[in-house]
Amino acid sequence: MSISVKEVSEISDQDAGRRTPDYLDQLEAEAIYIMREVAGQFERPALLFSGGKDSITLVRLAQKAFAPGKIPFPLVHVDTGHNFIEAINYRDELAQLTGAKLIVRYVEDTIKAKGLKEQTGKNASRNWLQTFTLLDTIEEFEFDACIGGARRDEEKARAKERIFSFRDEFGQWDPKRQRPELWNLFNGRIHKGENVRVFPISNWTELDVWAYLKREKIALPSIYFAHERELILRDGHLLANTPVIEKDENDQIVTRQVRFRTVGDMTCTAAVESSAATLDEVIAEITVSRISERGETRIDDQQTEAAMEDRKKGGYF
Amino acid sequence: MDLLRFITAGSVDDGKSTLIGRLLYDTKNILADQMEAIERASKSRNVGEIDLALLTDGLRSEREQGITIDVAYKYFQTPKRKFISIDAPGHIQYTRNMVTGASNADLAIILVDARHGVVEQTRRHSLIASMLGIPHVIVAINKMDLVGNSEDAFLEIAKSYQELASKLLIKDLTIIPVSALNGDNIVDRSVNMPWYTGETLLSVLENVNVLKDQNLEDSRFSVQYVIRPQTEELHDYRGYAGRVQSGTFKKGDLIKVLPSEQESKIAKIEFGGNEIEEASVLESVTILLEDDIDISRGDMIVSLNNSPIVSQDIEALVCWMDDKKQLKPGNKYVLQHGTARSRCSIRDIEYQIDINSYEKLDEVESLKLNDVARIVLRTAQPIAYDAYQRNRSNGAAILIDETSNVTVGACMIE
Ligand SMILES: Nc1nc2c(ncn2[C@@H]2O[C@H](COP(=O)(O)OP(=O)(O)O)[C@@H](O)[C@H]2O)c(=O)[nH]1
Ligand SMILES: [Mg+2]
Repeated sequence: MSISVKEVSEISDQDAGRRTPDYLDQLEAEAIYIMREVAGQFERPALLFSGGKDSITLVRLAQKAFAPGKIPFPLVHVDTGHNFIEAINYRDELAQLTGAKLIVRYVEDTIKAKGLKEQTGKNASRNWLQTFTLLDTIEEFEFDACIGGARRDEEKARAKERIFSFRDEFGQWDPKRQRPELWNLFNGRIHKGENVRVFPISNWTELDVWAYLKREKIALPSIYFAHERELILRDGHLLANTPVIEKDENDQIVTRQVRFRTVGDMTCTAAVESSAATLDEVIAEITVSRISERGETRIDDQQTEAAMEDRKKGGYF
Repeated sequence: MDLLRFITAGSVDDGKSTLIGRLLYDTKNILADQMEAIERASKSRNVGEIDLALLTDGLRSEREQGITIDVAYKYFQTPKRKFISIDAPGHIQYTRNMVTGASNADLAIILVDARHGVVEQTRRHSLIASMLGIPHVIVAINKMDLVGNSEDAFLEIAKSYQELASKLLIKDLTIIPVSALNGDNIVDRSVNMPWYTGETLLSVLENVNVLKDQNLEDSRFSVQYVIRPQTEELHDYRGYAGRVQSGTFKKGDLIKVLPSEQESKIAKIEFGGNEIEEASVLESVTILLEDDIDISRGDMIVSLNNSPIVSQDIEALVCWMDDKKQLKPGNKYVLQHGTARSRCSIRDIEYQIDINSYEKLDEVESLKLNDVARIVLRTAQPIAYDAYQRNRSNGAAILIDETSNVTVGACMIE
C-alpha cells in the first residue's frame, strides 16, 4: 500500500446522486454540520491533526464541509518526536494536497524552553508532556476552538464528554460542570483565553471510521497495513524497535508481520500481528476481533482505571 | 442500515445501566477486554456476580457512588440497525442531564421497578419524554423476577401507566415486562413469563419506524456559514452551507429568506462540491441561489409557500438548568435558535408545571434548577420558528447566560 494521499484531496463523483440514507451518511452529515458550526461560531479554530486515521477522517469531513472552498482553518500537529515517520510524511503530503495551512509545534522545544523533566526508564512516554505543548500552541495562536478526532466509544471518560467540550483558561475539563448540550444547538460562547474542544466524530465507532475510509477511498499511512518489521516484545506487547524506546535485558527483539490499529507515539502504540494488507482485510479482522482498540494497542490507558479521566482534567485532548 | 438513538430513564436503581449492559451482552457487543475489566472491577467491589452496570458508569465519582451522574453514550449494532444508547441519570438533581440526553432521542425506554410500580420519577421522566417530543416510548417493567414474574402485577402497573400517559403526548407506547438482570424479554423471549406474547425490547428497538417521525413537509434550512472561495475560477461562487432541518429542497424551488423576506430560486444544490438534485431532512449540503442577495449565518431559507412564524414574541415551555441563578421576569439572555442568536428578555412566567403531578402552578416568581414552566419572552431580532411539537428541529431553542456563557435553559416553542 502506498502512502500517496492523492485520493484524499479528490472527492469522488460517486457522491453525486447518492440518496439512500444509511448510518454512514447520517454520521457524515452530523460531522459536517459540526465542522460548519465551528467555522461559523469561532474566530480562530484549528484542527488538531495527529496523523492517525481519526484525524485523517476529520480532514476529509472538513474538505467536504467547505468544498469547493479550502478548509478555513489550519491543521495543527503537536509533534512528540516519537511519531512514526510514515505518519509524518503522510501529514506533510496531506497538507499540501488539501491546501490547508499546517502548523507544527515540537514537544522537544517545550521541554527545553520550560526545563521540563522527561520520564525516564523503559516505559517512558511523552504522552503527558504533549499537553504542555498543546496548551502553549493554543495560547500562541489564540485558538478558540480545537477540533479533535476523539470518539466516545474509545474509552469510558470520553463516553461522557460533550461534542463542544468547554475548557477553562488552563485547558482543564471539569466532568461535573459540563454545559448541557441540547438538540444540535451547540453553545460555543466563551470568554477570552478559554477554548472549546470539538469532537465531530464523537458518535462514530472504530468500525464506522474504517467503513468510511473505505467508502471514501482514502489512502492511509502504510503502517496501518500488514508489513514486516523489527519489534520489541515486551510483556506480550509488540512495540516498534526504535532508539526512542529504552530497552533492557527482558526485552526480546523479534521480526513479525504486523500492522498498527491506532497510530500514536511509538512508545505507547503496540502493533498487532496481522496479514491484512488491504482495507477490506483490516475491516474483516477488526470485525471478528474481540478486543477493543485501546485495550489492544494503547499501553497508556491500562495503568489505572481512571487514567484517561485524569489526563483530560489536566488539559489532555 | 440506519441509526436509532434511544435514552434510558427511570429512578436510581431501577436497572438502567444493567439493562444497557444486558443489551450489549446479549447482542454480543461487549469485547473481551472490556468484559475482563468489568469482571475485575466486580470482584474488587465484592458484588458477587459480574455487574453489567459497570459498562456505562464511567466517571470516578460514579463508580465510587455507584450511580450514574452524567449522560453516557454506548454504541452497538445488530444485523438490523445501529444503536446509540444514551444512559441518563435518574435522580431529580440531574434532571437537566436527562433533558440533554432526551433532546436527541428517537425513543425513550422508561424503567419501572415492578415492586414499586409507577412512582414520582416515572411521572417526571414521562413528562420530559412527552415535552421533548420523543416519538416512541417503551415502558420496561423491570425486576419481574422479584415479583414472581406475575402477570397480575404487570397488568396493574401497565394500567396505571396508561392512565398517566393519557394526560401526555406520547405517540407510540409499548409496555414490556422484563428482567434486565436475567435477560428476560430483553433480547430473548422470557421462559419465565410465557403469558407475555408481545415483542421483546430489542425487537421494538429494531423495528420502530423513525423515518415517519421526520417532518418532510416544512422545508427549513438555517444558514451556518457562507462559502466564498474567491479564487479565480470560483470568483463569484457564493454557497450557503447548512443542514436541512426539515422538509426537502430541490433545484428550481422558489424560496424565501427569513427574516428579510427576500425571494429567490435555488440555482444548485451541492454536497462535497458535487451537484445533487435534492436535499432532504438532516442532510448537510450547500445551496446556491439565482439572485445575489445578502444572506449570512443565522438566516433561514424556507420554501416560498410554506413559511414558519416570524416574530419577536415567543411563548415556550422551558426547562431551567442553571444551579446558580434563577430565571425571573425581566432577566436578559441570549436565545440560540437554529444558527440564529438574539438577545431576549423574559416577559412573564405564565405558569409552572409541577413535574410530578402535572398541575399548573400560577403566580410563580422565579424558576430554579430543573423547574419546568411556560414563559413568554421577547427577542431583539425576529426569529423564524415552528411549534416544537410540529417541528422538533425548528421549534427548539436554548437560553445562554450572557455573563457566564453557560447554557441555562431548554426551550420548546409553542
Ligand atoms: N433482581 C433483579 N435485580 C436487578 C434487575 N435489574 C437490575 N437489578 C439490580 O438493581 C441494582 C441497580 O441496577 P443499576 O443498573 O445500577 O440501576 P440504575 O441506577 O438504574 O442504573 C443492581 O444491584 C442490579 O443488579 C432485575 O431485573 N432483577
Ligand atoms: Mg446507572
